[in-house]
Amino acid sequence: MESIFFLIVAAVAVISSILVVTCKNPINSALSLVMTFFCLATFYVMLDAPFMAATQVIVYAGAIMVLIIFVIMLLNVRVETVKRGTHAVMAGSAIGLFILFQTVWFLMKGSMTGKVGEMTKEQIISVGHVELIGKAIFTDFLLPFEVTSVLLLAAIVGAVILAKKKI
Amino acid sequence: MLAIENYLIVSAILFAIGTIGVLTKRNAIVIFMCIELMLNAVNLTFIAFSRHLGNIDGQVFVFFVMTVAAAEAAVGLALMIAFFKNRESIDVEDINLLKL
Repeated sequence: MESIFFLIVAAVAVISSILVVTCKNPINSALSLVMTFFCLATFYVMLDAPFMAATQVIVYAGAIMVLIIFVIMLLNVRVETVKRGTHAVMAGSAIGLFILFQTVWFLMKGSMTGKVGEMTKEQIISVGHVELIGKAIFTDFLLPFEVTSVLLLAAIVGAVILAKKKI
Repeated sequence: MLAIENYLIVSAILFAIGTIGVLTKRNAIVIFMCIELMLNAVNLTFIAFSRHLGNIDGQVFVFFVMTVAAAEAAVGLALMIAFFKNRESIDVEDINLLKL
């Protein structure tokens, strides 16, 4: 049952991400990307990470995509008329397929090992996913978390400066 | 839970599609969306490994990747608006000031 559901969601994710690349109109690409983000949120739920799924929907499908669609409409981007040369498309596709081949090859050869923690499904259900992540962020990752706030401040200032009338 | 390889293969396919989009499209906003797609593919790998190994650290990294992506969206789109004001276009072929 779970594998059938996985196959359906994976097919939708791959097809909609192909549509992101192939669509002529940027608005259609953006809407396909929203579909991909929702499929990824479904994967996160299947991987017992409900908080990450919620964040994915709120931050990516909500905030970032609204920003992108807003800019597309603001700039009134025309449908792409001049295509890239076929050489460029072929070279780009070859590099992309090479990367796919490489990752799958490493997947077949490599072993899925690493630092094992003590998070289990029972713990996620009893303690709660948000509490687990909150504990990790505010104990082990406190310094990166604080540095992130500086990054966001820099991004706000940069966006305001760049969007001024005269640059 | 399904085997981790399934999720990793989906993630690899999404990353490859994002790469192809970045290398073949001309519209800067579509390139930007393809970069977001690649970031999301990596996020899926992080969460799959986090669940596989029972280690919460991967999900904290996904949290940071999302923050960086949000900051990148704000600055990148502001850059595109600034470029559009100057050149009336967001075609990457027009960004050629450093070209020989």
